[in-house]
Amino acid sequence: MDKAVEPSSSSQWLLRMLSLPRRWRFGVAPVIAGLLLLAIVLATILAPLYVTHDPLAMQATKRLQPPSAEHILGTDPFGRDMFSRVFYGGRVSLLIGVGAALVSVTLGLFIGLIAGFFRTADAIIMRIMDGLMAIPAILLAIALVALSGASIGSVIIAITIPEIPRVVRLVRSVVLSAREEPYVEAAISLGSSMPKILLQHLMPNTMAPLIVQGTYICASAILIEAILSFLGAGVSTEIPTWGNIMAEGRSYFQLNPGLIFWPGLLLSLCILSINLIGDTARDLLDPRLKKREA
Amino acid sequence: MFGYIIRRILAIIPVLLIVAAIVFLMLRLSPGDPAAILAGDAATPAQIERIRTELGLNEPLHVQFLTWIRQLLQGDLGTSLISRTDVWTMIERRLDPTINIAILTIIISVLLAVPMGVLAAWKHRTWVDYLVMSFSVLGFSIPVFVIGYIFIGIFSLQLRWLPVQGYTAPSEDLWGFFQRAILPSLTLATIYIALIARMTRASMLEVLNEDYVRTARAKGVPERDVLFRHALRNAAVPIMTIIGIGFALLIGGVVVTESVFNIPGIGRLTVDAILARDYPVIQAMILLTAGIYVFVNLLIDLSYSLIDPRIRY
Repeated sequence: MDKAVEPSSSSQWLLRMLSLPRRWRFGVAPVIAGLLLLAIVLATILAPLYVTHDPLAMQATKRLQPPSAEHILGTDPFGRDMFSRVFYGGRVSLLIGVGAALVSVTLGLFIGLIAGFFRTADAIIMRIMDGLMAIPAILLAIALVALSGASIGSVIIAITIPEIPRVVRLVRSVVLSAREEPYVEAAISLGSSMPKILLQHLMPNTMAPLIVQGTYICASAILIEAILSFLGAGVSTEIPTWGNIMAEGRSYFQLNPGLIFWPGLLLSLCILSINLIGDTARDLLDPRLKKREA
Repeated sequence: MFGYIIRRILAIIPVLLIVAAIVFLMLRLSPGDPAAILAGDAATPAQIERIRTELGLNEPLHVQFLTWIRQLLQGDLGTSLISRTDVWTMIERRLDPTINIAILTIIISVLLAVPMGVLAAWKHRTWVDYLVMSFSVLGFSIPVFVIGYIFIGIFSLQLRWLPVQGYTAPSEDLWGFFQRAILPSLTLATIYIALIARMTRASMLEVLNEDYVRTARAKGVPERDVLFRHALRNAAVPIMTIIGIGFALLIGGVVVTESVFNIPGIGRLTVDAILARDYPVIQAMILLTAGIYVFVNLLIDLSYSLIDPRIRY
């Protein structure tokens, strides 16, 4: 069966306008996802320019107000403006997502290159990775935060560690197949230094799958941050994140569902867009993966 | 076959040992003083010192590790900092609700997700396929607790069909159990369904082009049997694998869902432990869930040859 993605007729004009090469023609969904993500990222980064209330300013007389002209999304249990909290909260959530993706991809790449190339290190590293993968990600993250405190940095580390084994396995499998290629054997026989072989010949092979994996990690990191905050193991509520805004709203959910709905909506749209972009990137970069995992 | 089973069971021992080593090192290498962490925030210096000697924290690392493993093997998971009771007793008391809801979730997930995936593959690139795939992508994108609150909002607060929170044991009142367990199970099932449906679809798509599927159709086998007997059976191994891998998601989801629906299971126990910084309980939960995860995946591996007779060991 033909696996090529046919663009729907509604998106034809857009693709013709962009005159993309045929293999770049995908449906309109990833384009919308990209624009949506861009909008969310800009809205959160530029929040200080247009938000009218301080996200931390408490007003005891204005607790849990319904949406009004002054407070577009109402106020939270401490009388803080929900609209500004939701957009300020996105900054930290996105920072944690991108941070966790970068750190886990970098560390995973490094460990994976070593595991893929050196047989002796491989056995040890992969057993450790098996052990890490046997621990449910959320519980491992919880334990790490419980031990190291809940700053933004330690939350990023706590989310990163459970993700590393997946990156390592990916990089290792790419290296294992690439190291048998003639050009790598040639480099070895010419006496190239080990770092040079690893970085110059093997690493480029891992880039495409790593970019895809990175987008998925970014999405899942934003989700896990929300869950950690919800469980009380997240960043202090002094720094609003989508997760801890929802966590604070849970006791008042029946009075004002917006406390969970608005940050939840923004977070879900954001993750949805990142996942769709990741799926598209995977299909474009590796047609074989698409066939296997669709 | 028997030899293979033995070998597989032996192979999980190093994995569990490494999990134990990770848990052990996490506490020892953490920035704080392990004895102070284990003693809790309210401990006096004398109490901290007592714990230090009890755990042998002044001994070399490998001696500490061996002592700890010996305690674990004797079923001693430590003592809670807050209630001062044995951690295993605490877990045992809370196990029932979690197991019941987990079983209901797995039944719901498999019964819904597999037909969804089969249908999506069968109606490849039609609105049915797009609907299933959209659900699948959405399921991955919404945090578990938001799904839980959406369900509570719709079914409990707006429609008033179901109670908001709480738990009833099935042995006490079976109908009451279903009334209270259905929303948490559906909440937990959402991401699991998304995962299984996606894999079922992908795996079926590969199989549906095979010659034997065409042969079955040509000799007039009813389409339902072609899909569910001929194709699904051959597509089953990756589906089983993803059910096993997804089990980790389920365990993580339990912690969150029990907290949303106020269910007194081991998930709630974990959350209470986090809030109280009761590290021995968190540590025990990691060991327990990792053990369950490894064991479930072992069972799934062993079941491959039941589904697919071509697989022999």
